Amino acid sequence: MSAVADTHAQDHHHGPAKGFSRWLLTTNHKDIGTMYLIFSFAMFLLGGTMAMVIRAELFQPGLQIVQPEFFNQMTTMHGLIMVFGAVMPAFVGLANWMLPLMIGAPDMALPRMNNWSFWLLPCAFLILVSTLFMEGGAPNFGWTFYAPLSTTYGPPSTTFFIFAVHIMGISSIMGAINVIATILNLRAPGMTLMKMPLFVWTWLITAFLLIAVMPVLAGVVTMMLMDINFGTSFFDASGGGDPVLFQHVFWFFGHPEVYIMILPAFGAVSHIIPAFSRKPLFGYASMVYAVGAIALLSFVVWAHHMFTVGIPIAGQLFFMYATMLIAVPTGVKVFNWVATMFRGALSFEAPMLFAVAFVILFTIGGFSGLMLAIAPADFQYHDTYFVVAHFHYVLVPGAIFGIFASAYFWLPKWTGHMYDETLAQTHFWLSFIGMNLAFFPMHFLGLAGMPRRIPDYALQFADFNMVSSVGAFMFGATQLLFLFIVVKCVRGGKAAAAQPWDGAEGLEWTVPSPAPYHTFATPPEVK
Amino acid sequence: MRVHAQRAGALIGGLMFPAVSLADWTLNMTPGVTGISNEIFSLHMIILWICVAIGVVVFGVMFWSIFAHRKSQGYKPANFHENTLVEILWTIIPFVILVVMAIPATATLVDMYDTTESDVDIKVTGYQWKWQYEYINEDFGYFSNLSTPRDQINNRQAKGENYLLEVDNPLIIPVGKKVRFLLTANDVIHSWWVPDFGVKKDAIPGFINETWTRVDEPGTYRGQCTELCGKDHGFMPVVVKAVPQEEYDTWVAEQKVAAEKERELTQKDWTMAELMERGEKAYQTACAACHQADGSGAPPAFPALKGSKIALEDMAAHIDIVVNGKSGTAMQAFGNQLSEVDLAAVITYERNAWGNNTGEMVTPKEIFDYKNEQ
Repeated sequence: MSAVADTHAQDHHHGPAKGFSRWLLTTNHKDIGTMYLIFSFAMFLLGGTMAMVIRAELFQPGLQIVQPEFFNQMTTMHGLIMVFGAVMPAFVGLANWMLPLMIGAPDMALPRMNNWSFWLLPCAFLILVSTLFMEGGAPNFGWTFYAPLSTTYGPPSTTFFIFAVHIMGISSIMGAINVIATILNLRAPGMTLMKMPLFVWTWLITAFLLIAVMPVLAGVVTMMLMDINFGTSFFDASGGGDPVLFQHVFWFFGHPEVYIMILPAFGAVSHIIPAFSRKPLFGYASMVYAVGAIALLSFVVWAHHMFTVGIPIAGQLFFMYATMLIAVPTGVKVFNWVATMFRGALSFEAPMLFAVAFVILFTIGGFSGLMLAIAPADFQYHDTYFVVAHFHYVLVPGAIFGIFASAYFWLPKWTGHMYDETLAQTHFWLSFIGMNLAFFPMHFLGLAGMPRRIPDYALQFADFNMVSSVGAFMFGATQLLFLFIVVKCVRGGKAAAAQPWDGAEGLEWTVPSPAPYHTFATPPEVK
Repeated sequence: MRVHAQRAGALIGGLMFPAVSLADWTLNMTPGVTGISNEIFSLHMIILWICVAIGVVVFGVMFWSIFAHRKSQGYKPANFHENTLVEILWTIIPFVILVVMAIPATATLVDMYDTTESDVDIKVTGYQWKWQYEYINEDFGYFSNLSTPRDQINNRQAKGENYLLEVDNPLIIPVGKKVRFLLTANDVIHSWWVPDFGVKKDAIPGFINETWTRVDEPGTYRGQCTELCGKDHGFMPVVVKAVPQEEYDTWVAEQKVAAEKERELTQKDWTMAELMERGEKAYQTACAACHQADGSGAPPAFPALKGSKIALEDMAAHIDIVVNGKSGTAMQAFGNQLSEVDLAAVITYERNAWGNNTGEMVTPKEIFDYKNEQ
């Protein structure tokens, strides 16, 4: 357990321990990053399977495959698993792998805590997934778990759900503390804040967001716990409580949470686009300020999720204006990416394909977000499939394409092999078509009046639901191809150079591929 | 290969056909039939076109780079990486566009929050999973339940034209009058939405929310509950019939008489057969969603009534749970939802249906007395 101290004392590098204890006891940022990535992909497949159940039931009008009780459990678990199990841990995995390599640090600042924050996650999800087998079934109140549906009317498994959320929260907070400690203390000499790679910047800001809002989430589920088990009435109107308070507290967490899921992707894409444009990132400083501005604004827009709960007009106006403002820094980022591509020398390997699709499709999600921000129009959009289309456009081609782009970009560094480019491009095109087929028609469904979270629908919605289901099945099946590509790349393939992409820049490309178990025992000099 | 392709084509065609023949490919929001819904629609179209325009410019530049500035075509990269003027411009221009968008949005919002005096006031209460409409100044009210048969939902019968968007008792409002809705809920949060009116508001237990509409065209308008409210969230539609004033007045008068008659029924002497007949109907609308038409329930959330202790043993306990509900569970208090006659009928029905042959009955008068003692 004293590998780190030893390497300093003897200047001789320990390899990884053997067997299962390597993974259980490891404090190595690369091992922990790998575990995070594997875990998140497993959760992605599990949450995706639930999405397939949802889309299969919605393939045609009428109840065919599942009953409404189980349908609601599927929508709830799909959301929770994708948000807390797939997207967030994937970014923590990327952070673990890449942050020390990017800033020239030997490891994360708090390696033992790092190990603990990972191993809490499988425990949390074991509890969460086990609720499916409990009497009364899994949580069935949507991933937003509005009270009193989740308190007075929730299934008995709700208490287990709360416990799982608490554990995930602890894991995230510890991960965030670790990221901040690493970035602020372990940067290579000469790497000032404004010289940090953008992935480091976006993760630093994300980590502060996590520390700010995960305790709020813990607070709201604790109030639920008290209401359910200890006779309090925080959210129970008949006891003097306030069901709307739940939504205020939840969305005070929930809105920064959506930026937690997208900012690291912004950072990664800001490396990938310049690399494959063979041209420096346009507007580095304005990128950093834009991320900061988005993060700050994210704390004052939460009630745009609640335009129909009956907030007074002054509140509606404030939250509408504040939300619209977010379009400004977000626009700046998009313009900067486009300006980076403009007059570059572009090539389109898999990471670039995913990154370009990210910019286009995330922008479309941004447009629908701007439409949703217009409070009077939101009265028509709210809780319809238009909202489902919107957040899947920012999360699937946003967060998830960002993760795929990062994975292909850094796989050569992680494994020492090039992935199969033809297969990877096939993965991209099938994902791209499947995802658009699945989610674009949802805009039409929402505008035509289909509410979200319903297991059955009126006949005028039948056509687009069928198209959407076909697209979803296509997207879902395609992800098995990604698994195949990664396994193939780990097991062999063309040897990767230390610098496999001719346009990429950064300290991570100065170490050999695959990156040795211990890197930067002596800090590099940054000029 | 070709045989397979043909088979696959036939299969896909066969799967697609029923849906295609039933449905339409609506792309856009409805302009609706009220002033507010039209304002929202034009706002929606303005923002949509602004977004399309921005998209064309931004993606245009991007696609130009993708086609013209390719490494494979030997394009040599430039090396610029900042330009203060451009960066300031593309911060300010979007801001100005946003201000332009915010002006009509604010005006529409102010119109929506118009709280001037209304002509008709209706209290809308969300229940799992039905709506109650009470005409506050007229002293009557009723429940509005989904009327699509279970067989259509379970694909044992062809689906009707208004599948899942039809109710037994629609809300009736007069045309050309300002109707104020006061919304609340009995159990969890629901949301009352009629797209054609541009009206959507949450119905929250313990709160009274307010919204309004003025419909000028007579017609039937359909919407749904839009806040996840449990198992049958997808099965509690909103149907509103806007009728001319005279028709509305006649209807209100009829409802008042009917309400008075209903109250008198409590005093009538009921026979077992009459109660069973009425009880079956009331059970179907009020109880069957959870406890199922055959009393088998969906344990553990919704216990079976067939052969249950409550339905077979102590009558007083049975009356108590139906009238007062059971706190901490989904079992609602039906004391204020159902009339004394329906309460008596349902309880009698539950004690004598599906092989629960207690032979016991409770009369509306007994329920009336029971409620008064509380």
